[in-house]
Amino acid sequence: MIPEPRTGSPPPSPAPLPTGRGIELVLLAFAAVLVTGALALVEANQEQELTQTLLWVGLAYLALFAIAHIAVRRFAPFADPLVLPCVALLNGLGLVMIRRLDLARVERALAAGRDAPVELVSRQVAWTAIGVALFVAVMWVVRDHRTISRYAYTAGFGGLVLLALPGLLPSSISEVNGAKLWIRIGGVGIQPGEFAKILLIVFFAAFLVQKRDLFSTAGRRFLGMELPRARDLAPLVVAWGLSVGVLVLERDLGTSLLFFGIVLVLLYVATERVSWLLIGLSFFLGGCLIAYQLFGHVRVRVQVWLDPFADFDNTGFQIAQALFGLGTGGVGGTGLGAGRPDLVPYAESDFMLSSLGEELGLIGLAAILIVYLVLITRGLRSALAVRDSFGKLLATGLAFTLALQIFIVIGGASKLIPLTGLTLPFLSYGGSSLVANYALVAMLLRISNAARAPLPRRPSTPLPPIAEAGTELVERPS
Amino acid sequence: MNTPVRRVAIAVMVMVLLLMGNLTYVQVVQAGDYRSDPRNQRVLLAEYSRKRGQISAEGQILASSTETDDRLRYLRQYSDGPMYAPVTGYYSITYSSSGIERAADAVLNGSDDRLFARRLSDLITGRDPSGGNVVLTLDPEVQRTAYEQLTERGYTGSVVALRPQTGEILGMVSTPSFDPNELASHDAEARMSAWQQFNEADPPVLPNRAISETYPPGSTFKLIDVAAALSSGRYSPDSQLTAAPAITLQGTNTQLQNFNGNACGTGETASLRDALQRSCNTAFAQLSAELGEQAIRSQAEQFGIGTTDLQVPMPVATSTIGDIPDTASLQQSSIGQRDVALTPLQNAMVVAAIANGGVVMQPHLISQIQSQDLNPVETTEPDRIGQAIDSSVARTLTEMMVNNENNYSGSGKITGVQIAAKTGTAEHGVNPQAVAPHVWYVAFAPAENPQVAVAVLVESGGDRTNLAATGGTVAAPIGRAVIRAALGTDR
Repeated sequence: MIPEPRTGSPPPSPAPLPTGRGIELVLLAFAAVLVTGALALVEANQEQELTQTLLWVGLAYLALFAIAHIAVRRFAPFADPLVLPCVALLNGLGLVMIRRLDLARVERALAAGRDAPVELVSRQVAWTAIGVALFVAVMWVVRDHRTISRYAYTAGFGGLVLLALPGLLPSSISEVNGAKLWIRIGGVGIQPGEFAKILLIVFFAAFLVQKRDLFSTAGRRFLGMELPRARDLAPLVVAWGLSVGVLVLERDLGTSLLFFGIVLVLLYVATERVSWLLIGLSFFLGGCLIAYQLFGHVRVRVQVWLDPFADFDNTGFQIAQALFGLGTGGVGGTGLGAGRPDLVPYAESDFMLSSLGEELGLIGLAAILIVYLVLITRGLRSALAVRDSFGKLLATGLAFTLALQIFIVIGGASKLIPLTGLTLPFLSYGGSSLVANYALVAMLLRISNAARAPLPRRPSTPLPPIAEAGTELVERPS
Repeated sequence: MNTPVRRVAIAVMVMVLLLMGNLTYVQVVQAGDYRSDPRNQRVLLAEYSRKRGQISAEGQILASSTETDDRLRYLRQYSDGPMYAPVTGYYSITYSSSGIERAADAVLNGSDDRLFARRLSDLITGRDPSGGNVVLTLDPEVQRTAYEQLTERGYTGSVVALRPQTGEILGMVSTPSFDPNELASHDAEARMSAWQQFNEADPPVLPNRAISETYPPGSTFKLIDVAAALSSGRYSPDSQLTAAPAITLQGTNTQLQNFNGNACGTGETASLRDALQRSCNTAFAQLSAELGEQAIRSQAEQFGIGTTDLQVPMPVATSTIGDIPDTASLQQSSIGQRDVALTPLQNAMVVAAIANGGVVMQPHLISQIQSQDLNPVETTEPDRIGQAIDSSVARTLTEMMVNNENNYSGSGKITGVQIAAKTGTAEHGVNPQAVAPHVWYVAFAPAENPQVAVAVLVESGGDRTNLAATGGTVAAPIGRAVIRAALGTDR
């Protein structure tokens, strides 16, 4: 459960608050041990001697998180100590699995007499480096998260442009595997949608804080709920329209779902009205029905979800292979490097889950889910603790986007919900997702730093014993 | 704002719980199905990394695994691939497996419980786990003779040779055959083109005709009529039956003719002995009508026809005499036509039972299972299925079959060895007049002390245009050559 927020009277101890940086360092070291151990295991199980790649990937990993840790010490000393280790562990496990799939692809290429393919792990390490650089930059530039709200409309406009751009660009630049999410120039591709996600959360958080009273204005009552006034539905309609636009122009079910879900949750948190959720869900259901009727690719997704084995060789192939991988892994998994996750298409990106599930088993996946859960709840914890409304909304939005994304991806790859193409944050191969999520985590840490840092003018005199204290009127925390 | 944030947190936990619940369902409840799904390549890939046991017969290694330096550690290799393919089957990374490779997979891959002790010691000593070995009952000389007899003439067909007293399968051939080495190849393209070629081949090469296909037995089925007649006690070899060249099927206007429209000998009537030797359809139409459906059906069942779960250890297609709604149908069925359909193995079992004093033995291909270090783990004991006919009936039937063989023409007779036999020529297809008949030869030898029973089937007379093909001219020489090989008379 989420502990009670610390909004009451300040702690009685005059000693400086523990920053948690020591804990963070210990946990980071723990993550590093796990990751380097896993890397060595992969190479050992593939019956190879420990290679140079192992050495430099391991060293790069250690160096990058050392830098990240120092940056946190320097720029956000009171930030939550659990967030960065969670990220380090997830990113590290991602590198391990990408390296493992690299080995499988090299072997396969050699067996078929082809040249060895590009090692994705080097690229992912490079993307991690860019991600950490952005992480440090965000920490360094944004000293107080409240300043971001000043650029809300700029962020909103930028987010909109980024979101819409691939949909409007010609397919030759933006289309990969049927979804138009990319901007590819000179061999390097980015998915602007990943960055748009964060910018739009910033915009909506700021916008909703400004207009909060407006949206809380009660309209008619219905079934014991206060319905919002019809004209206040505009932001929801806009978000819904954007989602549908993404679906139509970019054929990307995942981003569309993610985006709409976040706006809905932000509206709910800002207004504290359940009616918004119900209205939003009915919009969502309506959208689903329309999309199902209008778009063939949505119908195909749903049919594949209902029975992936009906069209095994064609549309059901990916998810069926993923299920085979998960099933073969079973409870304990085959062990790192001992399974065949490379049999699943997109094993290192969209189906990272089945790769991990095959080799680490249900136990490993449960552990990974718990790491995600810790990361997300620490984000929400910061939302509870931070004092300003914008910070609360922003932290909730950022944490919830992680939650919704893993739900959509893991649920999709394990046939809980229809499959949509999204990456697992920090685990999957993919530069845009990784870099954007580092920015996201930097902002979360910034907010948690604000939440945990001691108040600037804290009374330094010790409080009188409770028996001697007179009755005091305190404001009820909102 | 804190209350909704807490609710969001709870919602997140519910979402994670849903994911975990679903993953548990996929990875625990459904895991077995996914793991063993034939479309899941992982199991096979894992097996390829273990040394699979060998398949051998009389010391000759038919299938073995050799270490390679490519991704799949062990390459499965077959010596005399096409000759033994119906028995060994193939073992392919992409196309699953067949034959013994499939039926005895647990032994060959080492997971069989009988190999448990060795598996345990592998685990403790850290040796690479390896599979157990399978020793077949096949006699390589019989197998080679049967295969060459069929392929030299370009026949599509099958030969099954049994040891009557034990049920050991000495030879099991199906032609045209395929080379399992091509499907076991580690070269994906070669494998794929071989698979495509094998699947498109006409006549088909992949099915094992000896056990997977059923054919109208034609006149060889008359052995079962005679067995039923003798067992009834109302008939002897000298009982007289009609010798008419044609007979009207009871209750219809349809004429049933003898082969070439000949009368059965010179007299008004013919003895049962002569009717069997000349294979007179009219006499057997009369006999079956007199015996009734029940007598013939139950006699057929006692020989094993209709058994649905026969395994050698590959599953054997069910032989049947079909539905017999009326006497006319019975009369057609009694000469091995209409819906009567036997596997070559089943037909061999019939003559093997006659040779074995009426006792039907469980046919089997595996003689011994050996551990990884070639120590016997289990030896197959002969297993008696049942008594199809009395031994006296078997003796009489043998005499009649000796009479058959001595009156048959055709090449390949073996001096000093008395064969007991029956030929068959069965019409098939939608227009039997246009397609050469399937021809049969079922026999055992030596008649006085049977060592081998064979069934030879040649599809469409060996040549679709050879409308005059008969069991005696086409199939009998092959059967005699196989008997000669089994008796070792030319070794």
